[in-house]
Amino acid sequence: MIARQISLLFDGFAYGMLLFVLSIGLSVTLGMMNFVNLAHGAFAMIGGYVTVTLMQKAGWPFLATLPVAFLGAAVASVVLERVLYRRLYRATDLDQSLLTIGIVFVSIAAAAFIFGTTQQPIELPAYMRERIVIGDFSFGAYRLFLIVSALIITAVVVLGLDYTRFGAQIRACVDNQRMARGLGLNVDRIFMLTFAIGSGLAGLGGAMAIEIVGLDPNFGLKYLVFMLIVVAVGGLASIRGAFFTAAMLGIIDIFSKYYAPQVGSFVLYLVMVALLVWRPNGVFARR
Amino acid sequence: MTDTATPLYNPQDLMRAQVRWRMLETVFWVSALLPFFVAETYLVLCTQIAIAALFALSLDLLVGYSGIVSLGHAVYFGIGAYTAGLLAKYGWGEPLSGLLLAGLVAMLFGYLISFIMVRITHFALIMVTIGLCLLFEEFGNQAHDITGGHDGLQGVRMWRLFGTFRWDLYGFTAYAYSLVVVFLCFLVIRRIINSPFGLSLRGMRENARRMPAIGAPSKQRLQIVYTISATFAGIAGGLLAQTTQFVALDALSFQRSAEVLVMLVLGGAGRLYGGIIGSIIFLVARDQLASNNPQYWYFWLGLLLILVIIFLPNGILGGIAHLLSRRKKS
Repeated sequence: MIARQISLLFDGFAYGMLLFVLSIGLSVTLGMMNFVNLAHGAFAMIGGYVTVTLMQKAGWPFLATLPVAFLGAAVASVVLERVLYRRLYRATDLDQSLLTIGIVFVSIAAAAFIFGTTQQPIELPAYMRERIVIGDFSFGAYRLFLIVSALIITAVVVLGLDYTRFGAQIRACVDNQRMARGLGLNVDRIFMLTFAIGSGLAGLGGAMAIEIVGLDPNFGLKYLVFMLIVVAVGGLASIRGAFFTAAMLGIIDIFSKYYAPQVGSFVLYLVMVALLVWRPNGVFARR
Repeated sequence: MTDTATPLYNPQDLMRAQVRWRMLETVFWVSALLPFFVAETYLVLCTQIAIAALFALSLDLLVGYSGIVSLGHAVYFGIGAYTAGLLAKYGWGEPLSGLLLAGLVAMLFGYLISFIMVRITHFALIMVTIGLCLLFEEFGNQAHDITGGHDGLQGVRMWRLFGTFRWDLYGFTAYAYSLVVVFLCFLVIRRIINSPFGLSLRGMRENARRMPAIGAPSKQRLQIVYTISATFAGIAGGLLAQTTQFVALDALSFQRSAEVLVMLVLGGAGRLYGGIIGSIIFLVARDQLASNNPQYWYFWLGLLLILVIIFLPNGILGGIAHLLSRRKKS
């Protein structure tokens, strides 16, 4: 009994780490530019389709496709940022939401047109499909891979933000954009790079998510809610907050699906609304 | 606007000038009768347009006039639809009282939820409205015994309108009924917007902090307008349930919330006819484009959104007004 709960906890944590990788970029860009980017999930979907295409059509190994998924999403996001997003930095929340929802709708139709509406299967390498057995417990190797990668990404992001020059510039822009501009920082350029990295991470997350949650044209809309919960509850531009929220979200979701499947996502949405009403700036908000 | 030295207006004259019924408005509403004579096969579509227009108008009270963002307005639409649908299913098929009840139930929900809405702003508000919409949709899905879940609410049987008019296959009765209801609601909304209360709403949209300082309590008024808006959305939902004699789970969905917002923004938010024009263009376009494949309709919908936001930030009516004012100046 305990063994089952521990493995549920493990699965939930792995799922949470996946959500963390998917949402961390959204958190930082939203905190920095106050830009409501509801198309973040679409970038994740791009990453997923890059991996699927490379594996199915070109026969690449799974791990080799991940950097390409990162790059694909990052490049796509920079193009959109240059062409569309930058026109709306001073616009209202509503206009920003609508523009990015429009992008999500186009991405759904485009993905359906190119890849069809079915779920995309991928074949993981054998060593990732194994189960690791320790005493009474057994863990999926792939979930272990997810957790380890997410922890590495977290470490890189946190250390990068705290100890590099670029990280300091990002923090300055998040804390006070006007002041940063006044001190001579090129905020637009910093934002573009941050946006690219954040979207790239989303693409990476999208590629790693295929094995867990699948990939279809609605991916961008389906998982947007989870990403927004992580960001909204975790607090804008708070890595720590996003990490804890994502971990909790993954664990709650797995446990509720296991023990109370009839309730569905109801509890999740209820908790999210309650937390947001209680603390509109996020439970772990810095400001 | 450039000439600030014009004599001071008497504020009452200003209000009266706004209320005055314009020629173009009369033409518009009279032409809404045209489908009866020239486009009988499109009456079903016209009914849908009338309902969507009312829904967009109700949202305009919030988004356009009060500056409250909502990405989950379908909650009230769905509540109204299910109220009217369930009433008719379980034995009370009288349309007018059913519609009234649909509005009242939506009003009650709107009032309760308004306590949450006035507490939060910006990003959190967008999130909470999306969250509530998903919450109600999920509830509608799970409460399969009551709502029929994904299969929709079957077995809605409406009585004859006033005990005499049958709900015919071509939708004569449905369109006439919807048009009259929508027109009456439009008159009420028009009156609200042009009242001092409506003016204070626009004041809050422009500067929410200053309004309490000049004696207009923001939160209370926002709650009132939220409740009113929910009521009209509920009536629109009720109309849809009664005229189609069916309620799909889609009535509560996030997609519907997004769609109505698109209609409003397309036509021009904060303009009385913006939502109406937007819903006409939107639904006619969907009727033409989505007939072959709904997946590709999303492409056009998204493209339309992007183009409108980038090139016509005030919607089609805003763009026309801009052109007219430029012409006047030169």
